[in-house]
Amino acid sequence: MDPHEDQLLWMYETMLVIRDFEERMVNVYLEGKLPPDIQHGLAFDIGGGPVPGEMHLAAGQEPVAVGVCAHLRDDDTVVGTHRPHHFAIAKGVPLDKLAAEIFGKATGLSRGKGGHMHLFDPERNFSCSGIEGASLPPATGAALAYKKLGQDSVAVAFFGEGAANQGTFHEALNLAGLWNLPAVFICEDNRWAISVPKEKSTAIASNADRAAAYGMPGVSVDHNDAVEVFAAAGDAIARARQGGGPTLIEVQTDRYLGHFQGDAEVYRPKGEPEELRGHDPIPKLATAMRGRGILDDARDDKITSRAKQRVTVAYEFARESPLPDPAEALEHVFV
Amino acid sequence: MAVATKERTLTMAQAISEAIGQEMERDERVFVMGEDVGSYGGIFSATSGLLDRFGPERIMDTPISEAGFIGAAIGAAAQGLRPIAELMFVDFFGVCMDQIYNHLAKNTYMSDGNVTLPVVITTAIGGGYSDAAQHSQCLYGTFAHVPGLKVVVPSNAYDAKGLMIEAIRDDNPVMFFFHKGIMGLPWMSYFEGSTNAVPDEEYTVPFGEAAVVRRGEDITIVTLSQMVQKALVAAEELAADGISVEVLDLRTLVPLDREAVAASVAKTGRLLIADEDYLSFGLSGEICAVVAERLDTLDMKAPVKRLAVPDVPIPYSRPLERHVIPQVAHIESAVRDLAT
Repeated sequence: MDPHEDQLLWMYETMLVIRDFEERMVNVYLEGKLPPDIQHGLAFDIGGGPVPGEMHLAAGQEPVAVGVCAHLRDDDTVVGTHRPHHFAIAKGVPLDKLAAEIFGKATGLSRGKGGHMHLFDPERNFSCSGIEGASLPPATGAALAYKKLGQDSVAVAFFGEGAANQGTFHEALNLAGLWNLPAVFICEDNRWAISVPKEKSTAIASNADRAAAYGMPGVSVDHNDAVEVFAAAGDAIARARQGGGPTLIEVQTDRYLGHFQGDAEVYRPKGEPEELRGHDPIPKLATAMRGRGILDDARDDKITSRAKQRVTVAYEFARESPLPDPAEALEHVFV
Repeated sequence: MAVATKERTLTMAQAISEAIGQEMERDERVFVMGEDVGSYGGIFSATSGLLDRFGPERIMDTPISEAGFIGAAIGAAAQGLRPIAELMFVDFFGVCMDQIYNHLAKNTYMSDGNVTLPVVITTAIGGGYSDAAQHSQCLYGTFAHVPGLKVVVPSNAYDAKGLMIEAIRDDNPVMFFFHKGIMGLPWMSYFEGSTNAVPDEEYTVPFGEAAVVRRGEDITIVTLSQMVQKALVAAEELAADGISVEVLDLRTLVPLDREAVAASVAKTGRLLIADEDYLSFGLSGEICAVVAERLDTLDMKAPVKRLAVPDVPIPYSRPLERHVIPQVAHIESAVRDLAT
């Protein structure tokens, strides 16, 4: 399945938005977290600044998000991970509310209650979780609902290769296979579970091979490439929509940054991130589009500046928005 | 209890890793399993430096498979080893609780004491740095509620080392909860009172003995973990206003030193419980029961007061989080209310 021109343009611009959103966050996140603004003796304070707490950024992992979400509608479900911004952006979660939630503002998706790892946009059927392997069962449940309701929507669970060793992965895949559900399971393999490399955590080389145990096709996408992801996801999502059941897709992708911001990455071979950036999927897609005559300098400039402007507007909105009233903390345990 | 022979201060993280290392030197049956415990040294540095000393056979990085490796700790312990398993955040217990509460906690009893399980599960607790609902909980009350698990919750480096050695030598399952905000990490603000003098040599701090960490006459604060450090800061402020606060650090919840609570309250007649766990059905209620069951002998001058997370998940945004996790100012204000 090849992407049309408008799909290529959407994937390209969305990847630019994601990359800019994430890389700007690298610096914004550091505000208020470095000496001399923090407790004496500390090198860094995770709780300081306008964006406190853990921050897991997805620079380099854009292809898996856009290649899958290019096929999805608002009524399709996506459940993401602790590293969720690229999925949220690709699923169409409004950038301003997304940024405001990450800044803990009253204009955020959840008025600051959820934060960066806990994003909820029910209008676009997007959610995520900070718990490894937690995406698969709820996505399976959404797929079960679609089947029961006779609706041709599909549910997608994203998870990392580290989470494929959680029980939830195996239980959810078995359920989806057993019940022939319209679910697509996307293993985002960046080869690192915090500091533990895949070869030291996983008994087999390819998680796609595990699909055989649960009666579904397993597909490997071996390059961090939006068009390759698009093709594999397109087949799986079309099959799911038509009642053909679930698919497990493993995508090789690259984590350019630390597990979280502030991670000294002592475990990572020196120079690995730089080497990975040498295979950047964004210029790769641009080159492919130029080869097809879809992109030239003028159009590229226009798309690139529009992407940056969208991120600028979202960040400004987040910064300028008010913090929630403290007493709101007591609301919405129940409705 | 040993007395510090020379002044050497350690952070709580350093004290914990030193205790584990010394026990591993002493007893070759001790080993560590967990996510990122090896080259990373534990996300909260509780196993820092141990991989280099003991190698990957004894400091074992695991897959993200808590039900698997915590369950494996049970089986290894039943075969005579003494595993330490790190659950990175206590919030992650959901994926492995069956192994913990139905097996680790019960096999000894169900076997009429014929199966011993010398397992230590270490885990990080606490909020205060905007890590939101799934990475900020304390939950020690949940584990203390289940019979069969000893529950250790230190407030400072000295206690942490002695309690960890006691935990490793105990033939029963021990849950060891360290609060991130007192570990003395170079990347998270912390209460410096938790970094204190720690002897080089091995020593134990016995379970079930609360410590009076500040003597006072007017009011008792019963507390634990990071909240001890908050209470000590508050007590200093209150002393300036002539309010004399006694701070009791529980140190372990199972076993719980009820007599120490009763003795302090018998003296002061006023009790504040400062807890970072959820308010209802937990530690603070249990301490209230200690008083309620002794009302025939205690002369209470005021009703008991509790500070805890008011039965909501921990929110992300800073003003929301500070509203629900008791702060130094909340402790001061609660003491003033009780003292007048």
